[in-house]
Amino acid sequence: MRELGRLERFLRTDPRDVGCDEAIAVLHIYVDLVTAGQDAAARYPGVAAHLLACGPCSEDFTGLVQAVTNG
Amino acid sequence: MPAEDLDEESSVWLRRLGAGGGERQAAERELHARLVRIALAEVRRRSASTPVTGPELDDVAHQAADDAMLAILAKLGDFRGESRFFTWVYRFVVLEVSSKLGRHYWRNPPVSLDAGQWERLPGRLGIDPARHAEAAGILAEVRRVVDDELTSHQRRVFVAIVVDGIPLDALAAELGLRRNAIYKVIFDARRKIRRALVANGYLEEPGVER
Repeated sequence: MRELGRLERFLRTDPRDVGCDEAIAVLHIYVDLVTAGQDAAARYPGVAAHLLACGPCSEDFTGLVQAVTNG
Repeated sequence: MPAEDLDEESSVWLRRLGAGGGERQAAERELHARLVRIALAEVRRRSASTPVTGPELDDVAHQAADDAMLAILAKLGDFRGESRFFTWVYRFVVLEVSSKLGRHYWRNPPVSLDAGQWERLPGRLGIDPARHAEAAGILAEVRRVVDDELTSHQRRVFVAIVVDGIPLDALAAELGLRRNAIYKVIFDARRKIRRALVANGYLEEPGVER
């Protein structure tokens, strides 16, 4: 059932996911890589996995990107 | 990192904030004004996803900028030049905004803690109302696993975040826990529920639902 794809994706966990604390600790470095057009996900795959799964950290990432882009 | 290895803007700001007297005061005023501007932009960007509105939202921004300023000045010696100075600085603002919006959520919460609105779960999962009956079996199994196989702490956190849609930072503030602690509980619950759904034939490995 296609509608349950969202549930399935939500339940799927990535063992590379580093969690909020580790992701936030390097968020400024990660954002600088992203905004410089570099492959941040290749350098920090565990952070990339976390940002895909964690809404609040993803919001912080988006906010920081916007801050450095428009600030 | 030696000062000569920093980018020019970072070097200038570190020098100004490390100077004495009027130069430092001017730098701090300028920095604070930038923090307020970033904080106001950030609360407005998030305004659609928080029950905090109007002047209270601006108050959150100013409080976030003030607290970020204190943290930045206290931790200036920790800046290693791994990023540009303002990326490091703005991270404090963004994190303060997140934390403060989480706390302010409870001043006018759209849903109370432990509401347990399971009837709203299909909508939260984006399931078309016409397909709710079809989804009832797997969602009943999710609820059974939550009720029978999660610990009481896991169950409370899962219901608050996933079933009732309480923002994670708001729940963290209410329970006095760090964001990471709440995330870990949800992470473990997701794995446990998924394993049960696979074991009972509702999902197939590696993730294709029947």
